[in-house]
Amino acid sequence: MEVKPPVPQVPPPVWTEFKDLQEFEKYRQVRSDDDKTSNTLASIADAIHHIPGGWIVTTSTDKIFNWARKSSIWPVTFGLACCAIEMMATFASRFDVERFGMVPWASPRHSDLMIVSGTVTIKMAPMLKRIYDQMPDPKWVVSMGSCANSGGPFRHGYHVVKGVDRVVPVDVYVPGCPPTPDSLMYGLLKLQEQVAEFQKTGTK
Amino acid sequence: MTALAASDAAVRTRQQFGLEAVVENQSLTVAVPAEQWQAFAAFAHEALGCRFFNFLTAVDWKEQGLEVVCRVDNLEARLTVVMRVRLAGASCPTLTGVWRGADWMERECYDMFGITFEGHPDHRRILLGDDWEGHPLRKDYAVDTPHTPYR
Repeated sequence: MEVKPPVPQVPPPVWTEFKDLQEFEKYRQVRSDDDKTSNTLASIADAIHHIPGGWIVTTSTDKIFNWARKSSIWPVTFGLACCAIEMMATFASRFDVERFGMVPWASPRHSDLMIVSGTVTIKMAPMLKRIYDQMPDPKWVVSMGSCANSGGPFRHGYHVVKGVDRVVPVDVYVPGCPPTPDSLMYGLLKLQEQVAEFQKTGTK
Repeated sequence: MTALAASDAAVRTRQQFGLEAVVENQSLTVAVPAEQWQAFAAFAHEALGCRFFNFLTAVDWKEQGLEVVCRVDNLEARLTVVMRVRLAGASCPTLTGVWRGADWMERECYDMFGITFEGHPDHRRILLGDDWEGHPLRKDYAVDTPHTPYR
């Protein structure tokens, strides 16, 4: 008979010997001691706090409001065609634009952004306009894909709106047929840059 | 009704209506005059057993007028009957009395070609908006027709 060699027994790790947290604490201590920038900033903050009124942070209201606006853009879910699949992929866990504060919201009355993803037919245009009108100001529109940009392959057909900008004002055009989630994400980040410059570029 | 050859169906069509049918495998193509359109449909439904209404559409032959094409099937005998009628104007008798499934097909045909189906129970547009002007699949339809502004 064949004799099997004994399987080596690995002892389980003892949790009291697990030194990861202590290592981390040590690293943090070392780092904060050597961090010139934080030390400098802390000394500056100390100095400023001795000035009367120095504990109040001042900034422009535009800046702080636009920071809040661009950090929580809620797009209304307006999927019309195959572009909607890519839009759903963008919102899902792999690409995850929720880390930019974008939550797909199923009500136009709570939303700041409308992503027109897909072909807008002439029969659908009044509904699109109505949903856009229901959104509270300030509001933005991203036109996603060739069909929404210009009519795309259906431009010479009889039933498609030749670009959604004939119905609502568009801020960002995302090309592609359909655009990949990366493209849409790039467009959304470009929109964030626009939102940060909101009042400077004029009201809508 | 299981064993019905297309050649037999062609013979019965000739006997009953005096129409010559083109037979190809198990399919039967008949050019029907508009007066016999409903009668031939009833014949195809009852005598030939074509219970399955496959589709109905139209062809725009420009100066030679419009033509309605309809295909029905006998699924047990694997028999296909293609009926076509050349219209004098833009009016055609309805088939909704024979097949209920002809309802939406005829509405679509009206929507796209502007053919009026006499006796249709619910005769209005189905795909395009109610305020649409013209019928897009006509050859003389201008694609670049300006539309009313969107609300």
